[in-house]
Amino acid sequence: MKRFASLYEALDRTTSTNEKVAALVAYFSSAPPADAAWAVWFLTGRRLKRFLPGRLLAGWAMEEAEIPGWLFEESYASVGDLAETISLVLDGRGEAEAAPDLPLSRWMAERLLPLRGLPEGEQRREVTGWWRGLPRWETFVLNKLLTGELRVGVSQTLVERALAQVAGVPPSTLAHRLMGAWEPTASFYEGLFSPGAEGSEDGARPYPFYLASPLDQPVEELGDRDGWLVEWKWDGIRAQLIRRGGEVHLWSRGEELITERFPEIARGAASLLSDGTVLDGEIMAWREGRPLPFAVLQRRIGRKKLTEKVLADAPAVYLAYDLLEHQGRDVRDQALSARRSALERLLENGRPFLPVSPRVEASTWEDVARTREEARERGVEGLMLKRLSSPYRTGRKRGDWWKWKIDPFTIDAVLIYAQAGHGRRANLFTDYTFAVWSGGELVPVAKAYSGLSDQEILELDGWIRRHTLQKFGPVRSVEPVQVFELAFEGISLSSRHKSGVAVRFPRIARWRTDKRADQADTLEGIKALIAG
Amino acid sequence: MAAAPLLRTDDCGLFCEAGGFHIDPWRPVARAVISHAHGDHARPGSAAYLAAAPAVPVLQRRLGAEARIEAVPFGERVRAGEVEVSFHPAGHILGSAQVRVERGGEVWVFSGDYKRRPDPSCEPFEPVPCQTFITEATFGLPIYRWDDEPVVAREILAWWEGNRQASRASVLFCYALGKAQRILAALAPLTDRPAFVHGSIEPLNKCYRAAGVEMLPTRLVSETARGQSFAGELVLAPPSAGGSTWMRRFGSASTAFASGWMRVRGTRRRRGFDRGFVLSDHADWPDLIRTIEETGAERVLTTHGYADALARYLRERGRAAGTLATPFAGETED
Repeated sequence: MKRFASLYEALDRTTSTNEKVAALVAYFSSAPPADAAWAVWFLTGRRLKRFLPGRLLAGWAMEEAEIPGWLFEESYASVGDLAETISLVLDGRGEAEAAPDLPLSRWMAERLLPLRGLPEGEQRREVTGWWRGLPRWETFVLNKLLTGELRVGVSQTLVERALAQVAGVPPSTLAHRLMGAWEPTASFYEGLFSPGAEGSEDGARPYPFYLASPLDQPVEELGDRDGWLVEWKWDGIRAQLIRRGGEVHLWSRGEELITERFPEIARGAASLLSDGTVLDGEIMAWREGRPLPFAVLQRRIGRKKLTEKVLADAPAVYLAYDLLEHQGRDVRDQALSARRSALERLLENGRPFLPVSPRVEASTWEDVARTREEARERGVEGLMLKRLSSPYRTGRKRGDWWKWKIDPFTIDAVLIYAQAGHGRRANLFTDYTFAVWSGGELVPVAKAYSGLSDQEILELDGWIRRHTLQKFGPVRSVEPVQVFELAFEGISLSSRHKSGVAVRFPRIARWRTDKRADQADTLEGIKALIAG
Repeated sequence: MAAAPLLRTDDCGLFCEAGGFHIDPWRPVARAVISHAHGDHARPGSAAYLAAAPAVPVLQRRLGAEARIEAVPFGERVRAGEVEVSFHPAGHILGSAQVRVERGGEVWVFSGDYKRRPDPSCEPFEPVPCQTFITEATFGLPIYRWDDEPVVAREILAWWEGNRQASRASVLFCYALGKAQRILAALAPLTDRPAFVHGSIEPLNKCYRAAGVEMLPTRLVSETARGQSFAGELVLAPPSAGGSTWMRRFGSASTAFASGWMRVRGTRRRRGFDRGFVLSDHADWPDLIRTIEETGAERVLTTHGYADALARYLRERGRAAGTLATPFAGETED
């Protein structure tokens, strides 16, 4: 545990990518495989269901530290992180009983996993006993493990880079070995280090996704139009469809297995695709050849049970746009032009559930730009531009895939509520609710958390403290004075929102200090955007 | 029974009517009694000042040469109107004092800013029995608890050493008065390497050295030759120098902040420093509670920081306690 806690501390302490990789390399070179397997599991953002609710831990900690509940709450509000608050109030109660170190893998196997079966009284005895034997930082890491909230400030790419460096295999091979479902065992970890290519891989394992970058140059500078494939940018769920060993697996980009949420796609794949096929594409809610809003697709994800009604209300298709494995061979090194032709042949009869994402036929960049203007009308986010000569790469590598989104909608809205953030933003009012006018009243339309600079956040925080009207728990209502320009990607009618509209990906574009509250937009004006 | 409280706040500060003076006034007054030389406690413009003798050199620098300051040795009682005033070490910075006010057996103590942990750069705190204790509450939550200073000093040294091996400068932000000298004094037994300092720090180092405080040798950043490399060097600077053009000369540098606030991860990460060293010149939670116990005060007034929380905690433990509104800042985050 000590070794893992020190790694966490080293990663938490620095913002430098090189130092993070160095800390990871040092850890992976020295940690026992059984421990390192768990470390990889947590560092790549995999979770275990929480062992104990934070509320329970907080209650035990108050009693251990002999402080009243309200004082614990004040402390928590100031720290913004429950696991950390507990470790801080428990600190300094004497380290005389410091326990000998137990490796992470044994912590998991012998202590944390068995905790689930125990009655509350025994859980408490175990946990408070551990607290007494651990120094502050290890208590903090333990609490994070217990509440299932262990998040480390390191990207998967960095973990892959460090592991690849230690293992001496290409990062892309390592990335592939980390995809899909695996168990954090010593043998899995040792398998990451095996030389050579894929070997006997897990049949359900997806490939690492290639991610597009936002187009940040004039489109003409991409060169000859004929060198590029242009497609619509769909607003759905990016997913890999895998047909291997007689089975079908659908993996989301978040590496969740979602096959069961989309039975029509799974059936389509089972009948159309032969073994040894992997597609990349987008799951969309779809009716009569047109995309439905993303909110409709969410119903398929959100519901516990897929009833006939849900299936009928939110019909889904898989728009395939790339071919990664063909006839059992990894074809990611082939040029996109070849992969695309093979894909089109393969899915000639793909409809209705597995259509190929169509090419946008516009012969010049000027025509492409004009076609992009139709995006909103067509219910898509913009265009994708893909270099026809490029292989299918790993991660976000600039140059071959660009997303060229349409400009967002913008409205001017008034700040009416504020709430303190968490973690890095604890103690600062950073979560805002904005409203627009409707019949002389301000109606909330969006919450936004991002878009302001650190300087603006501090300034606004001070203003909020001085102009609070009322406090409702952690939320403050403020004088309706400050106007902000909000940008968002989409808007739809919604019966779940008081305003009757739901906006997608709202964020703050600008602080409009030049505008007065009465100059903000109206709800009627926003509803008009839906029609447009 | 006294008709009016011995100390109360008015427009100008903490007023002692019976003695005809204000303690740490925030507006100019006729007679100011000063606990210590930090800017939120010692403001210029008053007609006459009274302060503990070891505080006077720094205070004179801060208030200006024309300020009339009368020096009183620690512990010595001075008559003022109907009361007696005396200064007692607060352990916060060099010359920092608690102010004791007595009228006919009734004793009030204003703590000013204080800490209990040993500090090689100033006089140790001395508990003063009283009936009413006005205590600061900057870190009045149980999450604030300090490691021992030598532990932190070794952490700073290890960070400096690591940066030296990577040929990086180590820029450590800290208050120019008090914290900087404490760090220089805490490092003195551990190394002989000189430290570079910002221009606002060096004059205060002189005052400390004159008072007999042993510190690392220091050099002014501004007196180095153009193009001088700071790779491997330790640089102390006030937080206000961070992000300014002054920082450019250090090239690739690791930055750190020494403050009690660095105890909380979120605060450190929000500030964007590479490292945070938890080193404060204020009392942590256990020391606030212990100090209040030791004064034997029947009544406690808490001020600045987590004043509400500390007062409520004391009340729940059966002690008469309230808050006193003052504009003192305690340890600020910048």
